[in-house]
Amino acid sequence: MPPLGLIIAVVSVVALLTFVAASAVFLIWVERKVAGRIQDRLGPTRVGGKFGWLQTIADGMKLLVKEDIIPGSADQFLFRLGPYIAFCGAFVAFIALPFGNGVVALDMNIAIFFMLAVMSTEVFGIIMAGYGSGSKWSLFGGMREAAQMVSYEVPMAICVLVPVIVAGSMNLSEIARAQTGWIYQWYLFRDPFTFCAFWTYFCCATASCKRAPFDLAEAESELVAGFHTEYSGLRWSFFFMGEYGAMFAVSGIAVHLFLGGWNLGLVPFELSDQFAKWMGTASEPSMVGFVIGNAINVIVFITKGMLLVFVMIWIRWTLPRLRIDQVMMTCLKYLLPISCVLLLGVSFWHLAMPSFVLQGLRYVLATVCVLWFLWTVRQVLTAKGTPLSQGMPAWWKEAEAPGYGSLTRT
Amino acid sequence: MMEFQAFLFYFVAILTGLCAIAVVVTQNIVRSAAWLMFALAGTSVIFFLLGADFVAATQLIVYVGGTLVLVVFGVMLTAQGPFISMKTGAVEWAMSTLVGLLLVGVLIGTIVRDPTWKDLPKPKPTEANQSFNSVALGESLLGVEEATPEARLTGTFDPRTAPRRTRMAYLLPFEIVSVHLLVVLIGAAYLARAKRRRGATP
Amino acid sequence: MNPPVEIGLTHYLSLGAVMFVCGAVCMATKRNAIGILMGVELVLNGANINFVAFAAFNPAFDIEGQVFALFVIVLAAAEAAVALAIVLNFYNNHMTVDVDTAEELKG
Repeated sequence: MPPLGLIIAVVSVVALLTFVAASAVFLIWVERKVAGRIQDRLGPTRVGGKFGWLQTIADGMKLLVKEDIIPGSADQFLFRLGPYIAFCGAFVAFIALPFGNGVVALDMNIAIFFMLAVMSTEVFGIIMAGYGSGSKWSLFGGMREAAQMVSYEVPMAICVLVPVIVAGSMNLSEIARAQTGWIYQWYLFRDPFTFCAFWTYFCCATASCKRAPFDLAEAESELVAGFHTEYSGLRWSFFFMGEYGAMFAVSGIAVHLFLGGWNLGLVPFELSDQFAKWMGTASEPSMVGFVIGNAINVIVFITKGMLLVFVMIWIRWTLPRLRIDQVMMTCLKYLLPISCVLLLGVSFWHLAMPSFVLQGLRYVLATVCVLWFLWTVRQVLTAKGTPLSQGMPAWWKEAEAPGYGSLTRT
Repeated sequence: MMEFQAFLFYFVAILTGLCAIAVVVTQNIVRSAAWLMFALAGTSVIFFLLGADFVAATQLIVYVGGTLVLVVFGVMLTAQGPFISMKTGAVEWAMSTLVGLLLVGVLIGTIVRDPTWKDLPKPKPTEANQSFNSVALGESLLGVEEATPEARLTGTFDPRTAPRRTRMAYLLPFEIVSVHLLVVLIGAAYLARAKRRRGATP
Repeated sequence: MNPPVEIGLTHYLSLGAVMFVCGAVCMATKRNAIGILMGVELVLNGANINFVAFAAFNPAFDIEGQVFALFVIVLAAAEAAVALAIVLNFYNNHMTVDVDTAEELKG
């Protein structure tokens, strides 16, 4: 009979692996769908009936049966090892990420520091892949990745420190619990410095996941495919599992640090504790209520995280890629000083300002942001345009009209 | 549960030791950097086993994520062939292996034979001192008085007298280290900057 | 022979000793300057294992060991940065990182 701790460990690892793999499958589909819509096409439509929702699974099957090619000039050992290290770095971070009130594999006291530390090892897998491939494109990709990751980690960590100072804890569960209640309790709206820290953090997080506009490591217009040029089949898919896992991990950190964690923001109490109190007695809280409340918490948390990942995807297909010197300049000349100023500012702000200013600013920020968000959603929903179901937009028809391209045809 | 801890320790320790040996034996410098990464990561797992979470995470973020990436970066900047290796002579190998074996024999012999730390108490369970660790660590670095217990610098803990708290803290070393880091930052940037030699022909 | 089940200070110190000696041999045998740097890192890690092990096993040192280990990690990073800068400078002047070619100051 193995000890209880071991069983819990195995169960949580299996659950987390399933979550990472399933979210990668889902997010790749979302990425293709969003990319399609942004580029005025449909994205996958056939596989699995409607919406092409089985597309990623079909792709996965294809990758599984593909030939596993190792170039002759490659350093076999490093080449084989690279993808697994890149995936491990992203996956191990999930151990400390709470999904709900107490729904966490290991409730660490230094959870946020641990996550940043583990995710910083991911870069090594990419360098190994880039160097081991024995190809100049891969080597360039690996070098760029190394320079970029080491630089962007610094402002990212400083931005993380801002809410950590506010909460007085590095435990993600405690940081989330400190934001229980209405939406203005979120650290995003706490003061101007945390508000700016969120955007700076999100910028650095996008860069540290090597997503566009910072995807210099795999810039396909210059470097074929960067560090994974020579990869195929299962190893190649491990890079992508790692990338999407890391995207959700950094988004989860952002949700915990700035966006209220698993709290809904629309009720003045913590759901799982309150449900347990309601469904049980005062002395003995109900376990069922706790589980129901926590289920809602987990759904809220995952939805928030997925929304942030969606924003990353949206940015990728909207903005053009930066040059490598621009990427480094953005980090060292702008993001680093900004994050240092934010760190200093948040330390002094609450000492310097009277309390009615602090509270008032908090309400104003929250109200303005919520109203702006609702207005944007309304604009998107009521936007004028030709629905795709009614056929091609007018200018497509014009292009198909006889005589439009006649000069080139003849 | 204790057996599982022991198993975990042996597993990690043997892997770490093997990786450390592989760093020495490997001729290809990037491969030995990869082995070094495993050795450092294994060390951080050892720190986790010892209940020093903060040190372990620092080890990961500074060593594996920072220093080692820097080292590999250096390797790539100074490489001439695709996969560089520099051979060491057989005599040198034999000499250093001999000296190394002697040294490890002396060290482990001393460790095993010295009776002073045989009767040390078992470490506290990780769950109990986990929260204590990083908070007390932070307080001692901040210079909060009475954060650090008194201890004689030689000899070991005497269980009859409970550790008393003293006015010892690490604010000054902490500040010195931060100034030192700043100096290093500037110095390294100065040393490594691209110099244009006058009249130099390639 | 069954390994003893109880893990004591001796085991951790032995691991530290192995890493220390590996680092020392690495410094002695590598001709690549960056390889020597790696040896230094291994030596410092062996020392760090000892520090943290003493901190865990000796309640009187529970802060000291970890604080020293933290300082060692930070200073090792600084040392690596400076050493790499020197190596790069050396490479710029000699087009190699073989330390045996650094003999201009030989009397």
